[in-house]
Amino acid sequence: MTNLLPIHIALGGIWALLIVASLIVFTLTKAQPERDHSELVQRTTSWWAMIAVFTAAFLLSRTLSITVFALVSFLALKEYLSMIPTRRADRRVLFWAYLAIPVQYYWVADEWYGMFAVFIPVYMFLFLPFAMLLSQQTEGFLKAVGTLNWGLMLCVFSLSHAAFLLVLPVEGPGSIGGTAASGAGLLLFLVFLTQFNDVAQYTWGKLFGRRKIVPQVSPKKTWEGFLGGMLTTTVLAVLVAPLVTPFSALHAGLAGAMIAGAGFIGDVTVSAVKRDLGVKDTGALIPGHGGIMDRIDSLTFTAPLFFHFTRYLYT
Amino acid sequence: MTRVLQLVFFLMVRVVVLFVLGLNVRRREWLPEDGPAILVANHNSHLDTLVMMSLTPLARIAKLRPVAAADYFLANRAMAWFSLNILRIIPIDRQKGTAGGDPLAECHEALARGEILILFPEGSRGEPEEMTALKKGIAHLAEKNPDAPVVPVFTHGLGKALPKGSFLLVPFFCDIFVGEPIVWPGDRPTFMNILAARFASLSAEKTFAPWE
Repeated sequence: MTNLLPIHIALGGIWALLIVASLIVFTLTKAQPERDHSELVQRTTSWWAMIAVFTAAFLLSRTLSITVFALVSFLALKEYLSMIPTRRADRRVLFWAYLAIPVQYYWVADEWYGMFAVFIPVYMFLFLPFAMLLSQQTEGFLKAVGTLNWGLMLCVFSLSHAAFLLVLPVEGPGSIGGTAASGAGLLLFLVFLTQFNDVAQYTWGKLFGRRKIVPQVSPKKTWEGFLGGMLTTTVLAVLVAPLVTPFSALHAGLAGAMIAGAGFIGDVTVSAVKRDLGVKDTGALIPGHGGIMDRIDSLTFTAPLFFHFTRYLYT
Repeated sequence: MTRVLQLVFFLMVRVVVLFVLGLNVRRREWLPEDGPAILVANHNSHLDTLVMMSLTPLARIAKLRPVAAADYFLANRAMAWFSLNILRIIPIDRQKGTAGGDPLAECHEALARGEILILFPEGSRGEPEEMTALKKGIAHLAEKNPDAPVVPVFTHGLGKALPKGSFLLVPFFCDIFVGEPIVWPGDRPTFMNILAARFASLSAEKTFAPWE
């Protein structure tokens, strides 16, 4: 080890948190052997796997980290397209939509912000309906093109903002001179707080949840869980910001609250989609969590908002 | 040599099946550990055989014998070499059933050697993601080999990923539902009824996204 950067300390902190959480789950299973904790145990085990992959990519190289996000986008889009009604005539168009993933993440690796920002919302948006009309099947055309574009925006465009943080040239007081390290710190900040907020809202809701927010969409979401999670996440954001971001305390607090709010909205939005389709989970890829969309639903909303918050204030 | 080629081929198949498609297998424990056994699946895509062959550990790949139509899989020399040496199919003559002995003779021999047969009793891939009537050859096979359990496997999504007549593989998650193994019930009509009932309940386990 030549030099221990603050980001390594932050990663160490995440692992410490994971170990503490695992010990709590272990104690719980021992203390209440009569209750079924299998989902909680599965969830925790999956967290180990996910954090291991993330840490490895993070430490090895920036390109690898970008590739991991591209793979997550691919799995998410595949899950989405497997879950929604599709038309047989559109198989080729779905293939084009998948091809947009390597292209979009190439713009990230290339640090070409202008193209990154317009490729999917402009070029793919215009190209997909054209590719779709070539089959000359107009029945269900609008629904097909609408659902495909929405999936591409959610699974690829939104999520790629998290990866773009890695190459964002950040400046400002406390920044690490616009190097890759500062981008990595921002990504860690975003992903950690988004996922932490999910767990915090869930835990607060389990302990104190009474007043439901949107029972028709997601019956388990309560005001107590939402506000408790938001408070914890905001406090944590202020505490960890000096370690990995150039944010002032005020901006860190705002970012934390924004992540908590947007994360909640992302979560219930995917819940609404699932309810519409009549499925419980988006897939079965991550034991205890469901599909990959169930895990990154919040991130699809927090990533672009946090990205533009940072870009506006610090570049 | 062909054994090595077979292993390499199926390793590549596994990578594609796991990454490009992604399988969600329910009740994997009902799949036979060893032969003799008969895996019976619905048929929608060329991927069916490959996916069925990736459900068992790679070390036992040599035990798997897909039963396939001779007119299609032995159509030309290259195809025939691949079918017989890599996939190791047991060719069946779809047109002339009984002319010249039992058409299932090779299947009986394979089961006697403790191999695992893979059969698609619909006969043809047909329309994507739609099941057609089951052919009765499977009942004859099960009757002659009462020791071999018949395991019904219902797959969904493969017909979307690569339907008949297409060469473009489009990624979709695939659901695999393994049904309870069927022990020979004593007569063929009862067997066919049980098999059809198993497939009916397996296919009703999940509401699938519409595919128009």
